[in-house]
Amino acid sequence: MDTNTLKKYFNEMYADNGAVRDIYGRYGLWLKDLPDGTLERRNAEAELLFRRLGITFAVYGDAGEAERLIPFDIVPRIFGAAEWQRLELGLKQRVRALNAFLHDIYHDQEIIKAGIISAHQVLNNAQYRPEMKGVDLPNQVYAHIAGIDLVRIAENDFYVLEDNLRTPSGVSYMLENRKTMMRLFPELFVKHAVEPVEHYPQMLLNTLREAAPPNVAYPVIVVMTPGSYNSAYFEHAYLASQMGAELVEGQDLFVHQQKVYMHTTEGPQQVHVIYRRVDDDFIDPRVFRADSTLGVPGLMEAYCSGNVALANGVGTGVADDKSTYLFVPDMIRYYLGEAPLLSNVPTWRLSEPDDLSYVLAHLPELVIKEVQGSGGYGMLIGPTSSKAEIEAYRLRILAEPAKFIAQPTLALSSCPTLVESGVAPRHVDLRPFVLSGKDVRIVPGGLTRVALTEGSLVVNSSQGGGTKDTWVLED
Amino acid sequence: MLSRTAENLFWMARHIERAENTARVLDVAHRTSLLPLDIEGTQAYLWYAPLNITGCADSYEVKYGLAKADTVSHYMALDPDNPTSIYSCLKLARENARTVRGAITSEMWEVINDTWLELNRLPKQMDYEKFRDFFDWVKNRSHLFRGVTLDTIIKDIGLSFIKLGTFLERADNTARILDVKYHILLPSLNDVGGAADYYQWGSLLKSVSAFEAYQKTYRDVISPQRVSELLIFRDDMPRSLHACMDEVEDALMAINGQSGKEARRLAGEQHAALHFGLTQDAFSEGLHEFLTDFLKNTALLSREIREAYLSRQDTAMIRQLTT
Repeated sequence: MDTNTLKKYFNEMYADNGAVRDIYGRYGLWLKDLPDGTLERRNAEAELLFRRLGITFAVYGDAGEAERLIPFDIVPRIFGAAEWQRLELGLKQRVRALNAFLHDIYHDQEIIKAGIISAHQVLNNAQYRPEMKGVDLPNQVYAHIAGIDLVRIAENDFYVLEDNLRTPSGVSYMLENRKTMMRLFPELFVKHAVEPVEHYPQMLLNTLREAAPPNVAYPVIVVMTPGSYNSAYFEHAYLASQMGAELVEGQDLFVHQQKVYMHTTEGPQQVHVIYRRVDDDFIDPRVFRADSTLGVPGLMEAYCSGNVALANGVGTGVADDKSTYLFVPDMIRYYLGEAPLLSNVPTWRLSEPDDLSYVLAHLPELVIKEVQGSGGYGMLIGPTSSKAEIEAYRLRILAEPAKFIAQPTLALSSCPTLVESGVAPRHVDLRPFVLSGKDVRIVPGGLTRVALTEGSLVVNSSQGGGTKDTWVLED
Repeated sequence: MLSRTAENLFWMARHIERAENTARVLDVAHRTSLLPLDIEGTQAYLWYAPLNITGCADSYEVKYGLAKADTVSHYMALDPDNPTSIYSCLKLARENARTVRGAITSEMWEVINDTWLELNRLPKQMDYEKFRDFFDWVKNRSHLFRGVTLDTIIKDIGLSFIKLGTFLERADNTARILDVKYHILLPSLNDVGGAADYYQWGSLLKSVSAFEAYQKTYRDVISPQRVSELLIFRDDMPRSLHACMDEVEDALMAINGQSGKEARRLAGEQHAALHFGLTQDAFSEGLHEFLTDFLKNTALLSREIREAYLSRQDTAMIRQLTT
């Protein structure tokens, strides 16, 4: 193993002196005794399983092969019970504050009046939806499903990289990864008490039920997808079938007198909750993008009259914007009166002249992201970029500084990963999925994403990242 | 059930059945081509039959001209440009299945997905002598799909729409095979028992897996009336029109509900005609006329099913809500 890498980055499995960390103790012993070639063989089996089940992920712009497997790594990422408990509390706290913020800015806007965040920052944000002003949502929940991306820098040092409050994806990989690991390595699950994650769909179903309009005893719940060519279509279909909900497209729904119905073989049937995996911009051509064929004309009117619930709610993007991100610790203090349990990554806003001049002077060390970007598209990673790339990016920043934020290049922790040369450390992050209904709930762990290229810090599946099963060990 | 789900289940089954039928029709042409040519005229004549049965003769001629063994086989089996080729059918079936993955079982999905992946591992241009193996493979995959479907899927209206697709397609195919070959059946009344008839009828029967059934049922030389009786009126012959319409009617009864009264009526009428019809009447009416009528009624029934269950017209739905 490359000892340089070990010193530079926190390794999830090995301590600095090369000893196996306690949490990985049993796994380490098992791995040591494993006959040569076993991991490679089971890895080939895993790939076959995924391909046959058709668990694929389409990458935009990848015309040659519309369906691709997200590489699955068979070395698990393991958390101890105490480690996880701290994360869980921090995640729940953060999501509570974010939902409180969304309710506030679409109602009395106290946080603006209190001078904590500027009216400009909120109201001029492209993701702020004035249509939502004064609309009351059950339990005051806007982001029913949140994916909070965490990175680890040291044993006790976690940062929130970003909040995903629109249509976060990846949970089906969390579920399938576990299923695959249990099939490939039953002996490991005998040796370890791993917290189960398989009940996530039930938890999601409960969350969606709680989102239903009040007075509906048996809400009809559907999952709405942009269609089978969407990159996350597999996940939409998977979750629908796991919850026993219909998987609908916009063309399956219509609105009549502010109520939403679906076309069935039995005629029209009313729908009460839509878990929609279609972005705000596309859900209703009468209100948002008129050229959208993915949505349902009249849906917003039905939604605002309270006859149908959307999960996530409309207008959540204003809270997961990378420039709003900066204010989340303040939101936690303001709405909950608590000290934030999870830290933000220090962030420079390039709309501020001081921040801008600092960042322009330090581009080769920093990571620059578009405020509206997601999925790892359009970012600059200073340390791994060429001079020419940096200069090209500098011009983009200067053209419109407010479109960007900057962060230090984080030394993401690494986790042993099976690559061609054997087992080697690769950088990882973690996306836990936080569900908000009457309560805030979370299944232990989440989706660990891994950058498969040596030295790479980009874990996004759209950029060639893979995933791992994430274990939270019981006490 | 969502209309779109029903539509995709219907077409998934229909495309698989169509792939199998095309394999059967081509398989028979391949077998027949091994016999001395004078039995069924020229080679071109022999190879037009499969094109005519599947209704793609015109598009074939545009691309290739005269019907030849290798080009017809390629066009109907593997050509992605031919929307009714086996390749296209299996591709469409997988698209349908992918769209309604939640409505089918993982086992069904795995069969369809595996079939598609295996098909794509085959060479784009197949050696002529490999085609027979390929047709067997297609038939086997189709059998496997139906077996897996019946063994794993819950018996709700989803299965009924799958059956509708399967048996409407099969009825349509059997009728077309008979219609294209009916000339063999008619003029040979005075040559019963001749070698030529034996091979021609034999190949017709084999194309619908009915050769052994014929021998078992009649234990006698092959005669045109009996072939027609077997493939049209007998309800115990799995690919006969009667057996197919049994299944279609059952499926429509199981779907039942408010919609589809006219579809049920049409299916009932067609089923009754086969249930109570007589072979000699079909012959005196003219077999071609009889089959043309049947195909016309089947198309009518398909349209009725589409309108009652599968289409998504907002205006029609709102009419239902307001009345």
